[in-house]
Amino acid sequence: MKRRHLLTSGPYLVWMVLFIVVPMAMVVWFAFTDNVTGAFTLENIVRIGDYSNVFVRSIWLGALATVVCLVLGYPLAYLIAKIDPKYQNAIVLLIMLPMWMNFLLRTYAWMSLLEDNGLINNFLALLGLPRVHMINTSGAVVMGMVYNYLPYMVLPLYSVLVKIDGSVIEAAQDLGANRVQVFRRVIFPMSMPGIMSGITMVFVPSVSTFIISKMLGGGGNLLIGDLIEMEFLGNSYNPNLGSAISLVLMVLILISMGIMNQFRDEQEEDGGGVLF
Amino acid sequence: MNTGKKKTGALGRLYMALIFLFLYAPIVVLIVFSFNDTKTMSRSVWSGFTFRWYARLWEDSMIQQAVWNTLLIAVLSALIATVFGTVAAVGLYRMRGWRKKVMMNLTNFPMVNPEIVTGVSMMLLFVFMAQVFKLGSLGLWSILIAHVTFCLPYVILSVLPKLAQMDKNLYEAAQDLGCPPLQAFRKVVVPQIMPGIVTGMIMAFTLSIDDFVITYFCSGTTQTLPIYIYSMTKRRVSPEINALSTVLFVVILLLLVLTNLHGAKEKKKEAPAR
Repeated sequence: MKRRHLLTSGPYLVWMVLFIVVPMAMVVWFAFTDNVTGAFTLENIVRIGDYSNVFVRSIWLGALATVVCLVLGYPLAYLIAKIDPKYQNAIVLLIMLPMWMNFLLRTYAWMSLLEDNGLINNFLALLGLPRVHMINTSGAVVMGMVYNYLPYMVLPLYSVLVKIDGSVIEAAQDLGANRVQVFRRVIFPMSMPGIMSGITMVFVPSVSTFIISKMLGGGGNLLIGDLIEMEFLGNSYNPNLGSAISLVLMVLILISMGIMNQFRDEQEEDGGGVLF
Repeated sequence: MNTGKKKTGALGRLYMALIFLFLYAPIVVLIVFSFNDTKTMSRSVWSGFTFRWYARLWEDSMIQQAVWNTLLIAVLSALIATVFGTVAAVGLYRMRGWRKKVMMNLTNFPMVNPEIVTGVSMMLLFVFMAQVFKLGSLGLWSILIAHVTFCLPYVILSVLPKLAQMDKNLYEAAQDLGCPPLQAFRKVVVPQIMPGIVTGMIMAFTLSIDDFVITYFCSGTTQTLPIYIYSMTKRRVSPEINALSTVLFVVILLLLVLTNLHGAKEKKKEAPAR
C-alpha cells in the first residue's frame, strides 16, 4: 500500500520540488548574495529601504482598490443573491464574462477611455464640461485594479450570501429586529468568510501587479511589481536585488494572508474549490 | 438567500445597470473602434467604418505564429497537467498524516504565491538550466514546463473532491472479482472521477491560454498571444489590437454559449432518470 502511493505521487513530488521549491530556494539564494562576487551579503535587503516609497504606494493603492471593490461588490452580490434564482446563474456568468478576456486588452480599453483626448474627455467636452486629466494618475491605477479584480470580490461574496437560509432572517424579523439590525447582526456576520476570501483575492493580485500600473499610471506610479520586472528584464538588470524585493513581497503577502485566515471560520476545512 | 421579497427595487436595478455599464463599456468601445477607419491611428475619434484591421490581422504572420504557439502550449500543458495531476491526485488521496499535509501545502503554494514571484523564480531556474544543459535561450520548453507547473494544482484540486465522493467499495469489489489493479483503476475509478478530470483540464487549458505574467518571465524571445498583445499595447499602434480583441471576445462568447447549451441538454437528459 505504502509503495503504491509513492508510485503515483512520487513523480509529482519530484516535479514540484524541482520547479517550485528549487526556484524559491534560488530566489532566497540570490537575495542574499552579491551580484558580482557571489559572496553572502545583506546589502540587497538593505537596499530595499531605498524603495520604501514604492512599497508604501503599492500597499496603499492595493488596499484602496480592495476597499473600493468591497464597497461596490457587496451590494451587487447582495442584490444578485436576492433576485429570482432562475436568473442568478446568467447574471453571475455576465459578471465573469469580461474575465475571460485577457486583462491586457481590458486595461488597454481603459487607456483609450481615460486619455486626455479620450472618449470620456470628448464626452465631457461635448456637454460643455471641463476636461479632466485622468490617465497617468494613481486614481487611474486604482480604477484599473478595481475593474480587473471586481469579479474576484463579487463571486465569493455571492456564494456565501446565496447560501444564507431565509428562515434565519425571518426568525430575526419575528424576534423584532429591524432591517438594519438584521443586516448588522445576522447577514453581515454570516457573510464574513466571503468578505475575507474576497479581500485576499483582490488584495494579492493588486499589490503585486506590474502591468496595470505601467499602462494606466505612466512612469510616475511605479509599484513593487514594476520594480521586480525592471531588475529581471528591464534596464536596471540586477536579479539579486530583484530576488530580494520578490522575497519581501512574498513574505508581505503570506503575512497578510495569515492575518486574514485568523478571521476566517474553520468551516472551509475541505479545501475544495479554491478559486472557482 | 430567499427572503420572500422577490422584487428588486428600482434603486437596486439602477445600481446593477451601472455596474454592468462599468464592466462592459470598455469592451464595447474596444469592439466599436475595431471598425474605425482612422488615418491618424487615433483610438478615440470615429472616422468611418472599415474591415481593414481585420484584413490586416488575417495577414499578420507574427500574430499567426503567436496564436500557434499559444494553442500548442495550451493543448500540451493541459494534457500533461491533466494526466500527471490525476495520477498525483490518486496518490494524494491515499496519503494520510504529515505526508499529506506537506503535499497539500506544496500544491496550494503556487496558487497563493504572487504570480510575479513564481515567474521570476522559474526564470532564475530556467536561465540556470539553459546554461548547464546548453539549451540555448528560454523558449517553448521553458514556457511549457512553467505552464504544466502552475496548472497541476488546479487539476489536483478539482480531481481530489471527486475521489473523496467516490464509493471505495466498488474498486475493491472489482479487485475481488479478479480485476487487476490497473484495469480496475481505468474501468472503475476513472469513470467516477471523470467530471473532475474534465473540469481540471478545461481550467488548465484556459489558464494556459490567458497567462501573461509567468509566461512573460519564462518566454525568452518566443511570443505567445498575451505577450504579443503586450508588445502591441506598448507600441500604441493601429486598431489591429481592437480587431484582435473582438475576434477573441466572439470566440469566448461562442464557446461559452456552446458549453452552456450542452450543459443544459445534459441536465435535461439526466432529469427524467431521477
